[in-house]
Amino acid sequence: MAKKYDAGVKEYRDTYWTPDYVPLDSDLLACFKCTGQEGVPREEVAAAVAAESSTGTWSTVWSELLTDLDFYKGRCYRIEDVPGDKEAFYAFIAYPLDLFEEGSITNVLTSLVGNVFGFKALRHLRLEDIRFPLAFIKTCMGPPNGIQVERDRMNKYGRPLLGCTIKPKLGLSGKNYGRVVYECLRGGLDFTKDDENINSQPFQRWQNRFEFVAEAVKLSEQETGEKKGHYLNCTAATPEEMYERAEFAKELGQPIIMHDYITGGFTANTGLAKWCRKNGMLLHIHRAMHAVIDRHPKHGIHFRVLAKCLRLSGGDQLHTGTVVGKLEGDRQSTLGYIDQLRESFVPEDRSRGNFFDQDWGSLGGVFAVASGGIHVWHMPALVAIFGDDSVLQFGGGTHGHPWGSAAGAAANRVALEACVKARNAGREIEREGRDILLEAAKHSPELAIALETWKEIKFEFDTVDKLDVN
Amino acid sequence: MPFKSTVGDYQTVATLETFGFLPPFTQDEIYDQIAYIIAQGWSPLIEHVHPSNSMATYWSYWKLPFFGEKDLNVIVSELEAAHRAYPDHHVRLVGYDAYTQSQGSCFVVFEGR
Repeated sequence: MAKKYDAGVKEYRDTYWTPDYVPLDSDLLACFKCTGQEGVPREEVAAAVAAESSTGTWSTVWSELLTDLDFYKGRCYRIEDVPGDKEAFYAFIAYPLDLFEEGSITNVLTSLVGNVFGFKALRHLRLEDIRFPLAFIKTCMGPPNGIQVERDRMNKYGRPLLGCTIKPKLGLSGKNYGRVVYECLRGGLDFTKDDENINSQPFQRWQNRFEFVAEAVKLSEQETGEKKGHYLNCTAATPEEMYERAEFAKELGQPIIMHDYITGGFTANTGLAKWCRKNGMLLHIHRAMHAVIDRHPKHGIHFRVLAKCLRLSGGDQLHTGTVVGKLEGDRQSTLGYIDQLRESFVPEDRSRGNFFDQDWGSLGGVFAVASGGIHVWHMPALVAIFGDDSVLQFGGGTHGHPWGSAAGAAANRVALEACVKARNAGREIEREGRDILLEAAKHSPELAIALETWKEIKFEFDTVDKLDVN
Repeated sequence: MPFKSTVGDYQTVATLETFGFLPPFTQDEIYDQIAYIIAQGWSPLIEHVHPSNSMATYWSYWKLPFFGEKDLNVIVSELEAAHRAYPDHHVRLVGYDAYTQSQGSCFVVFEGR
């Protein structure tokens, strides 16, 4: 039956609140935490979110009738209380697949977290989770290589990988910077990393850095007999410059490059990931700016959504926080989104903050990177929390060693291997961590000194963004 | 008074990846790692190579992967047999994971000279 045009303003809930709707397997589902303005009914707020993030606008318009809008609209199909919170509630919204361009994370986010976040009827709005339908996932390339290929390329098995950011993060010349890389790698690390701030500044232009770093990587491989790499940061002002840097890294025979996916943007990231697949290059992903978006418990986007988006856009390693170090991160919540990075299927589990079953199809896995304010005493907890498919990165915890970066690197490698060995032998490494480290230090003066240096350092602040529980 | 530095000199060591920074394992410690590989449901696999070629992707298999082997003593005697047959080679033990097509565990048990 054709509808009649009836100009004016309708309540959103008349069109977009459909509690009887059963979501389709092909729908993209989203869970928003909504805090409405006082006096606005929940159904109206939730329906407004569905409308403003899909087909709706504030007024009825004649041109709606030129199409079958019921086929394209987003629908709020469920509302739930937020445990322990009287004013906020969860709105579950289903979006038809045809609202999104194939393979475009940029397009998904422009719709879901676009205008709606500034909507006046809302005080706060937070995107908690997205269930990407398999039909959409199959249109994304995902990680250029994945965990298994990265292990084969780097010849690292049976343990977490070990990395470190070069410090000071700004101000070193190319040659001095390469020196620090060399010290870390010869000391036993698998990877070193450009700090995210390092692009191509006056004190150290990118080409100069790449050349000295390449020499440090090569030399340390020859001397240690192990595979090594350095994340060469290709993040740049324009896509053209980004690709130019990536090409040069390849020319130098380097195994891995790096990109900052939020400041650089999803379009740039997806493009670079495709370049990496084509050119056999690993891709490390930094997440500068994420805390601006994901830290407030009632507004913004939860990091699990940003992590899922990255897996679709493409990256082989992604920073996830450390749980135990200097940066924010709730343990259960972190475990929830590192599953999203690495597993092929993640079931709904509210105790880990996962609101939906998520089938990742045949997409490769992403290494979880733990970095920020961690040192050898954290090693047992890190190995227990993150498991083998992770990269543990100690910056200050490497360079701050009294004998320098090489000894700091060796201390971390000894501690890591001691924890893995103990775990495999059936010991409870978190509970027995202290004994395991002290035993290992008997054979390693580097570790003994590291344990002494950092014995008093703790970062015990309460988490700001906690999971919603009673 | 002569100056006494508290800074030590770190000498680069050539290592063979995982567990290369720990002292050589005792017999019992090797048993623990084999038991772990078997308990994970992985297939034990023994590989060897001449030290001059240790960075190669492919080391020679000792026989074939021991698919589905659950007996720890079988693996111990195969490791020893491989070492006897190639005394100057590195011999490593792999926990092969067919599900991920990767190695859940991999470490050198005997170092060749």
